[in-house]
Amino acid sequence: MKFKTKLAGAVSGIAIFVSAGVAQAETLFWSTQAKPVEEAQAMREQVLAGQDVDYQPNDGGPWLTRLNAELQAGSGTIGVLGALHGDFSAMNPDDLVDLGDLGVGSASATFNELAKLGTDSAQYIPWMQASYIMAANKKALEHLPEGADINALTYDQLIAWAGNVQAATGDAKFGFPAGPKGLKHRFFQGYLYPSYTNGVVRTFASDEAVTAWEKMRELWAVTNPASTNFSFLQEQLLSEDVWIAFDHTSRLAQAFNERPDDFVAFPAPAGPTGRGFMPVIAGVAIPRTAPDMDAAKAVVQHLLKPETQIATLRATNFFPVVDVALPDDLPPAVQAAGDAVAKMSASADANPGLLPAGLGDKGGDFNRVFVDAFERIVLAGQDIRAVLDDQKTRLQAIMDETGAPCWAPDAPSDGACPVE
Amino acid sequence: MNARLLPYILILPVTLFLCLFFLYPFLLVAKQAFNNGSGFTLENFQEVVGYWKFPISLKNTLLLAAAVVPVQLALALLMATMVNKMQKGRDLILYVWTIPLGISDLAAGIIWLAIFEQSGFLNSMMSGLGMIDRPMNFLSYQHPGIVFLAIALAEIWRATAIMLVILVAGIGLIPKEYYEAAEVFGASPWKRFWRITLPLLRPSLQTALVLRVILAFEIFAVVAALGGTLFPVLMGETYAYQFDLLNSGAAAAMALIILAISIGFTLIILRALRVPKGAQI
Repeated sequence: MKFKTKLAGAVSGIAIFVSAGVAQAETLFWSTQAKPVEEAQAMREQVLAGQDVDYQPNDGGPWLTRLNAELQAGSGTIGVLGALHGDFSAMNPDDLVDLGDLGVGSASATFNELAKLGTDSAQYIPWMQASYIMAANKKALEHLPEGADINALTYDQLIAWAGNVQAATGDAKFGFPAGPKGLKHRFFQGYLYPSYTNGVVRTFASDEAVTAWEKMRELWAVTNPASTNFSFLQEQLLSEDVWIAFDHTSRLAQAFNERPDDFVAFPAPAGPTGRGFMPVIAGVAIPRTAPDMDAAKAVVQHLLKPETQIATLRATNFFPVVDVALPDDLPPAVQAAGDAVAKMSASADANPGLLPAGLGDKGGDFNRVFVDAFERIVLAGQDIRAVLDDQKTRLQAIMDETGAPCWAPDAPSDGACPVE
Repeated sequence: MNARLLPYILILPVTLFLCLFFLYPFLLVAKQAFNNGSGFTLENFQEVVGYWKFPISLKNTLLLAAAVVPVQLALALLMATMVNKMQKGRDLILYVWTIPLGISDLAAGIIWLAIFEQSGFLNSMMSGLGMIDRPMNFLSYQHPGIVFLAIALAEIWRATAIMLVILVAGIGLIPKEYYEAAEVFGASPWKRFWRITLPLLRPSLQTALVLRVILAFEIFAVVAALGGTLFPVLMGETYAYQFDLLNSGAAAAMALIILAISIGFTLIILRALRVPKGAQI
């Protein structure tokens, strides 16, 4: 009996030792991106094939909790971090290893500048990019207003179009990601505000902003009222609860991949000050507590190789950040989205915005200003001018606290971006 | 082994566990709520209470508890007395009734979402029966009443069983002699329930109500699934502070506010349903 116990103890001890040894050899890639099971599996089997990497995607909350625990403990197991620009900008740059001397980076100087997080050296390396586009069921096309070009729509035409669809079918079939996990704030920050006010922060409470919110109300009147539960519009496009939708390219991908012949992708609409649109950047970084620095850096370099970037595109529907020639046999969602983004950036009235920068961990509060404005103005029907004047003080407090300078399309500022 | 020490030794592991994984984190949360890095402050509380959604989410949480708990109490009492009277199949019925207990609250929310959705079961059924021409949107901002009703229904379905289990155990503890004596004196079934079952059930009612009311203030996942952003509740706001705004101080303050409300209601229930010393079985 006693011998057996000892034996069992020895065996379990060896088992723990061996498994610990295995865990040591692999680099843990701790990511907020490519979370759906299929995408995570594609990351492991295609993108990271042959690499000694343990790819573990997670929700933003748990992702940050574990990372912070490791940083506080001063030692950790996470080797490489994958996350959105906003996630990194909420972190203390000292917690990330300087990657300026790694010799890799994005083809876009703007992205590389953003990745410095206000320091002198790259804190993360741009990894992949996406954007927000429009998608529609082909059944909706016959209801396009007279003279409207789907690749050069204006907000008024979009509202008229959704109105026509509603008149013809009896249902409001424009879909907007206003659910709890929906990305509605990006629509206001990167699309509605730039298109109507040519700014985001400076013009937050301007008269043009009042017009923008009036348009938002008109659009909402022809929007599927269940939109407050929608977070991934691909689901509603496929169930046909929605015929016209605005969302993140990777949140529309499933619709195009499952029924490529039924849907079209097209650029976001334009307003009086151009066709506002905004990129999404994901990056990779190394925490200062990474157990094996060289292995982690090798993973980052691997991810930036052109062939890896194309494999990533197939796996996640996020586009490369380096110059690569795209092959012809890409999935339908990638082709449709790539086409729409290209048309959007090449349009004569393009008014590209940048992601909010310099907000640090106030990114969530910044988003909340816009979401609150939406809930109060559009859902609760409060007076636009009063709501904007009220929210404006919160926005100004965030800008003053972080000292974040203005970003495009706002005119540059000395010091904190002022709300005018 | 010293017989006087034995009970303390036996509860020692649990006590240590609770101290380490409950009391200690609780103290940390309290510290986080009252501390802004430079010392004692009430800023976090001012921030969360001053936010325009706070009164709405407080009202929603209280309303939901007020609507759900009494219905659950009545249902659980009814179900418990029914189970108690059963000769055959008692266990089977109990198992079936407690199935919702085994389902996580988010899953429960999603089940009810599948019913109430625009392309959900309720809509398909109603259009199958020819009651509506095309699917209706039940869970939209235009029908706050239906959203409230759906959440209340899901909660009643999901969490009545926890009260039921406690009450069934409590009814089993009531000595049969009381009922026999009452029958001898010709008391009707209704009178027996009212005069014997209810008063003697008080300790179980206390436990069941305390547990259920505390859970009602912590409601989160069902609301998130069914109400989306339409129905803010305290716990949802806490989540938003912690994970969307990365503001742990404010989240800790919200958690303490919920704790204070829970303690307040627990004390009220304990006081209202107290059993006088001389009347204990």
